[in-house]
Amino acid sequence: MAKVQLVKLAHARSGDKGDTANVGLIAYKPEYYAVLVEQVTAARVKAHFKGISHGEVERYELPNLGALNFLLHQSLDGGGTLSLKTDAQGKTYSTALLRMEIEVDDELAREVNSSASSL
Amino acid sequence: MKTIRIANGQGFWGDSLEAPIEQVRRGPIDYLTLDYLAEITMSIMQKQRARDSRQGYARDFVAMIEQILPDLVDRNIKVVANAGGVNPQACRDAVIDVARHAGFGGRLRIGIVAGDDIMQRLDDFISRGVELKNLDTGEPLAAIRPLVQSANVYFGGRPVAECLDQGGQIVICGRVTDTGLSLGPMIHEYQWPVNDWDLLAAGTIAGHTIECGAQCTGGNCLVDWETIPNLADIGYPIIEAHDDGTFVITKHQGTGGRITVASIKEQLLYEMGDPHAYITPDCVADFTTIQLEQVGADRVRFSGIKGRPATDSFKVSISYSAGWKAVGSLVYAWPDAYRKAQAADRVLRERLERLGLTFDSVLTELVGVDACHGPLSGEPSPDIAEVTMRIGVRSQDKKAVERFTREIAPLVLNGPPTVTGFAGGRPKVEEIIAYWPALIPKSEVEPEISVIEA
Repeated sequence: MAKVQLVKLAHARSGDKGDTANVGLIAYKPEYYAVLVEQVTAARVKAHFKGISHGEVERYELPNLGALNFLLHQSLDGGGTLSLKTDAQGKTYSTALLRMEIEVDDELAREVNSSASSL
Repeated sequence: MKTIRIANGQGFWGDSLEAPIEQVRRGPIDYLTLDYLAEITMSIMQKQRARDSRQGYARDFVAMIEQILPDLVDRNIKVVANAGGVNPQACRDAVIDVARHAGFGGRLRIGIVAGDDIMQRLDDFISRGVELKNLDTGEPLAAIRPLVQSANVYFGGRPVAECLDQGGQIVICGRVTDTGLSLGPMIHEYQWPVNDWDLLAAGTIAGHTIECGAQCTGGNCLVDWETIPNLADIGYPIIEAHDDGTFVITKHQGTGGRITVASIKEQLLYEMGDPHAYITPDCVADFTTIQLEQVGADRVRFSGIKGRPATDSFKVSISYSAGWKAVGSLVYAWPDAYRKAQAADRVLRERLERLGLTFDSVLTELVGVDACHGPLSGEPSPDIAEVTMRIGVRSQDKKAVERFTREIAPLVLNGPPTVTGFAGGRPKVEEIIAYWPALIPKSEVEPEISVIEA
């Protein structure tokens, strides 16, 4: 097994609903989706966003899109116009999630580390 | 198979002024839809109407219509927009003035969808036990009733379709959902039944895909972002909708940007909650049923979409006054830029404390270090060239916020060294207009529709 940063396996977009941020995480290839489902759990995402997100994290699966959707509650200093944050809408939480490191088998690690990064 | 082409020309009030005009002029379309409303917009418009009963709508819309009116009439292009804000009647009157002035009087019909503004009915609702509880906190609206600035029900695509059925060429809506603006034309063209949930879900998802304008055509797109061609001339999205609920998302030929399955997936997940249950006034759409296929350059086909019955409530968007805030910043340069910015923050906070000012919240961010990704950003380089110290406060006490705004500039002379970036003057004190989401039984409100000749 080897560690790989999510940015090698997936892209993402994030937005807001009140004080909740959502992060959509999308596998670059269909075969990466199962890895995301196994490794990028709600609990791991909650731990990853420690100090940023102060509430619960929910995860939804969209196998048809090879994507996961995360809801990060209490993450935007009240959200909307209340928030004092630069990123009051959580628009950059997409790539904050892509910083996460996950465990993949050596073959997949070689594949994503050798190919030119998609980003 | 019949196809209608529904274009989006505005993702929010403040989006590109050129986009709607380009959508009309650079290729064939049947409908132009424009989304002008966000939660905060309604309260701004409510204030404008309080000052002048002929205001309270998106004035940009009227100026834009003036420019494209000849194209609309010549090519029978229809326009659907929630530009009516809190005063769709006044918006219609302004459009009629423009049409008559340009010699198009008697040549087109204009519809409005109103009835969404329930500001005057709130006390009646509350007295009858319609509590309008906050969807996030469960608190009844009575708790903040005197602070309410605006209250509007979200209607869906159905009243839009009724306006089109009655011959409306320009349909001006109040608080109609972003997705309803695009779904309405499909219901009208294909006479989709009120209970064909799969078709309504398909139209809703088509609307969701284009409601943020160029965010599905390569704008704000992370995948291969540096190779996306010609963002300066980015094409806005167009739905090619069929009567069986399948559709293709595309853009005019020759425009910049890129539409791929990947760019579409990013937009589908934007502001997504539970993807199994995307609730609108028209239906509950299931995003886990969408099948995507690249069917050509800048063409993505959607199929397989399933929906479920609509709920018995409308969502209500209520805005209310929630205090005051201000945000100021200063820029610190090398060497020790990070430590200087941190020191400035400490000094400023100590002064605020000595002044006896109390705030509900004080937030400092060091822009260039960790404002976006917080603790995930890691330690900055000791050689970092510059750091912006950005500090904001929030309070119910306007005077405290005003006093805060006078404490930033002095730091340039009496704080840590090598500092600049104060040329903008004192930060602005802003009133906070917060958002109160609630539900209301559908039996309590009816859309009010009218269509008249210009």
